[in-house]
Formats: sequence, C-alpha cells, structure tokens
Amino acid sequence: MRIAFASGKGGTGKTTVAVNLAFFLAYSQQKVQYLDCDVEEPNGHIFLKPHIEGRTPVQIMVPVINQDLCINCGKCSSHCQFNALATLPNNVLLFPELCHGCGLCVRICPAGAITEGKREIGYIEKGRAIKDIEFVHGILNVGEPMAGPLINKVKGYYRDDCVQIIDAPPGTSCPVVKTIIDVDFVVMVTEPTPFGLHDLKIAVSVAQTINKPIGIVINRENGEFKPLMEYLSKNRLPILATLPEDRAIASHYSEGNLVIERLPLYIDNFMDLAVNIRRLLGKKTFG
Amino acid sequence: MADIKELVIVSGKGGTGKTSLAGALSSLFQDKVIADCDVDAANLHLIVAPEEVLSQKEFTGGKKASIDLKKCTQCNICRDVCNYNAISDEYIVDRALCEGCGACYFLCPAAAVEFTPQLAGYCYTCSTSGDQIFVFAELLPGEENSGKLVAMVRNEAREEAQKAGKGLILIDGPPGIGCPVISSLTGTHLAVVVSEPTPTGAHDLRRIVELARHFQIKTALVVNKSDINPRFVDQMRQYCQDEGIIYLGEIPYEVKITQAQKEMKTILEFAPDCEASRAIKEIYKKLTSILEEL
Repeated sequence: MRIAFASGKGGTGKTTVAVNLAFFLAYSQQKVQYLDCDVEEPNGHIFLKPHIEGRTPVQIMVPVINQDLCINCGKCSSHCQFNALATLPNNVLLFPELCHGCGLCVRICPAGAITEGKREIGYIEKGRAIKDIEFVHGILNVGEPMAGPLINKVKGYYRDDCVQIIDAPPGTSCPVVKTIIDVDFVVMVTEPTPFGLHDLKIAVSVAQTINKPIGIVINRENGEFKPLMEYLSKNRLPILATLPEDRAIASHYSEGNLVIERLPLYIDNFMDLAVNIRRLLGKKTFG
Repeated sequence: MADIKELVIVSGKGGTGKTSLAGALSSLFQDKVIADCDVDAANLHLIVAPEEVLSQKEFTGGKKASIDLKKCTQCNICRDVCNYNAISDEYIVDRALCEGCGACYFLCPAAAVEFTPQLAGYCYTCSTSGDQIFVFAELLPGEENSGKLVAMVRNEAREEAQKAGKGLILIDGPPGIGCPVISSLTGTHLAVVVSEPTPTGAHDLRRIVELARHFQIKTALVVNKSDINPRFVDQMRQYCQDEGIIYLGEIPYEVKITQAQKEMKTILEFAPDCEASRAIKEIYKKLTSILEEL
C-alpha cells in the first residue's frame, strides 16, 4: 500500500507526520519503506537517521549537437517546446537547464547531427533507517530546475512488499502530481490557519482531479478554526487524526527527534491515523 | 528614473514565516510594488487585502497533446517516441504525465494528435487599501510551468513599478529550490532567507544559500521562531559570518502571528508592541540601509 503525505502549504508538518507514522508502523511489526519525494528539500533523513548504503546519480537525456554535421536548418530549435535550443548563424546553442529530455530534436534532425547525451540532475540515496525502515530519498542538485524526472526515479525504488510512506513536496503543481499519481491514498497535513486552509483547498482539488482518496490530519490544533471545519464537513473530507499545538513537539522537532519516541502520549494519535487510513481503504491490515 | 530594486523573501523549507514577514514588511516600505511569486500556493493576498483588481491576465502554460481516435491508425509511433509514458495502450494521453514536448504531434503519420495551449492560470494586478500595487497569480491546480508564471508576475510588477515610479519590488517567494524559486530569485538585488532554528531549517538554509550564490545574489538571513532552539540560532549566526551572509536578526516564536493571520492582519497591525513586531521593525531598518547602499 502506498500512502503519500501532501499539504499545499509548506511547513504544515508533512514530514513530521510521515516519519512518525513510518516509525509507528515499523514498531508494530510492519515492513515499511519511506520514500522522500520532496527532492528540493528532503528532510526525512534527519528524523529516520538512515545508514546510507548506496548513492546513484540520476541523469536525464540531453542532446549532443555535432556542429560539423549540423546544417543550421533551425528545425530542432523551432520544434523544441522548452526553448532549450537556439539556432545561431554558425551553430546551435543548447541551454541544458531548460531541456526536458524529450528527445524530439534527436528524432527530427534531418542531418543526423544530434545524438543522445546525459546530464546529471541529482542523485538517489538508499539505506536502512531506524526500526529497519527501508529508506530512499532523491536530492536535486542546487541550481537544477527539473525536479520531475528525479521524483520519478525515486519512485522506481518502490518495494511492493512494504507499506510505502511517501513524502510529497509542498505546493500544488506538477511535482506534487508526479508524486501522488500512483499512490493508493493521500494524507493532507494541514494547519488551522487561513494560509493552511487556502492551500489545502487547492491541494485537495489536485488530488481529486486524479481521483485519489483523501484524508486530513490537522496539525498544531489550537482551538477550533471554524472555516476549516466547515470546509471539511461540506466536502466530506474525513479527519484521520489531530495533533495539538505543543511547544514540546516543536522542541523535539528542533532536535531531530521523533515525537512518538519522546512524547509517548501522542502514540494514540498515530494509531488513530493508521487505523483510519486502513478503515477508509477497507483493509484489515497494511501491505 | 532611479533603478528599481527587487527584494525577494525565500526560505528553502516551507512554513518558516516568509509570507508573515512579507506582509509585515509591505506595511513598512512605502515606495514599493508587492509581488507574490508563490504561485502554487499564494497566500499574501490573505493579509495584504487587495481592494480592486486593476487587471487580470490569462496565463497559458505549455501545450498538451490529445489524440483523435477517429484519425488514429494505432501505429504505435506516438507511444514509442513518448519519453514520459503518457500514452496508454488505448491511445489516451494522460494529461498529468504529458510534458508537452510535442514528439507525438510532430511524428504522428496520421496527423491524429492535437497539440494546443492550455489555460494554466491567471495573473492579477490589484490596488490595496494603502494605495499600493499588489501583483499575484493563481496557477490552476496541478499545472506545470509555475516558473513561467512567476516570470509573468515579476514582469507585471516591474511594469507597474516603472509606471508609478516606485523604487522597490517586494517579492514573496515560493518554498524549495527548484524551478519557481530560481525564477523568483534570478536578477533580484537581495534575497532575504527566513529560516527557523531546527535541523530541517538549517539543512534547507544551506541549499537556498548555495542557490543564491549560484546566481550571485546578495543574501541576508532572518531567524524566525528563534527561541525554539537557541543552540541552532548560534550556529546559524556563525554560519552567516563564515559564509559572508548578512545577519538581519531574530523573531521570537509568537502565537499572535497566527491570530493576526486569522484576522487577516499583519502582526504589526494586530500587536504593534509585541516582541516580534519590534524585531520586524529592527529588521526593516537594517533592510532600508542595505537597500540604500545597493
């Protein structure tokens, strides 16, 4: 089973909820895999403390232009949808950061002057974390705009014999869609504030467009925030669990500690979360 | 005409308080245009209340392919040339997977592929109560090209600043370090990073600083929620010294910032005398003198 953690707004507690649920499930004798798809700012490793066993560079296709064969016809640059190629009077210029690796230019060059090369956009690390959790994260190179292909590569490490906990990036655009497109369930972690609610609504509509079942975790609850409750009940979005505003949680977070390890009173909250996800998916067990 | 300076607020990690700080600073800076470049999840309009929409522009993102099954001969070429596995066995294009490269469109021998631009969002220019100009955008859920929409917001903001003779564009940036952040950062005069004293805050701070350096942008740091973990605050201050980053100061953890947000106000309007408000005013003073020297 694949469960993704998304939010819309950043900093609502996606990673906190995801790593603690991973720990809880592993502690209850489930086989767990944690995949961090927030490749711009992966943070799960800070809490799960994996022993990294391997590092694999991730490359995407990028054209290599043989200027000797090039006839300067301009076909490659006029067809490229990403403006990654420019035909100048004497040669063709490539802007690698704009290239999406589609390979169209290679296929349509009438002079056979373009071949497939490779460009590194980041890397993947794999290892074993606390409680024997299988750990995978992608790390995007700084200065690299192309997060999507790296997210897809992280997902190439899926192990279907495990419960898969997937940390999604914040926002509501294509990297989020790429992350949640093949999951079974999306947990939206929100905070009861106008910013949290505004972005939650957009994130929910993203997940609904691709027909994903959704459940809500309210983090930092501090008295009822009516607009959120009204929105959730009107749209029949189930609340899976809540975590209160608690300085002790923030303080443990700031030391890189897991909440349920240090503050056992919150174990029940994560049990609620696990039970409710299972119930909504109509399953007796995970996996 | 004086040069327009662009100041962008970023964070790497989300939820560190970028927008709350941007909202507060926007009430202090007078001679400015405000631009919200977090187009995925724009929030600044919730506290910088726009009064009237002066213009609304459509944003067309990239094109997307769709296959006319009546013309399709099922030759499979489109599926072979698609590097994104976006076309199913039944020759249906999955819009969420289509990158809009056009390989299927250009190479289909039966001309069965339609390839049309899609409406992907809107860009709004508004006036606010204090007779200020505010530009923000709305990316339609799940769309791509948020970097291009960011560029559109910044262009609109620059045009407005030129028209009205404003000296500053105050930009609220998105979280992360990817495409929309790069688009928000390039060519600005100063990047103010809002971080928090946590291991995730520190981890992400290093990556956003590296990004700013890559684009040769002068960088300054504000540590928000500074009393959560004083040890990390010391480390961050030291980090700034070592890396040549301007240390602007600290804002203590303040629940009133959330309460202010619930009333759609900046912390300066809601609780002008609280410690956080005082800290923000100090940061503003430092920023003013930095901007004057640029």
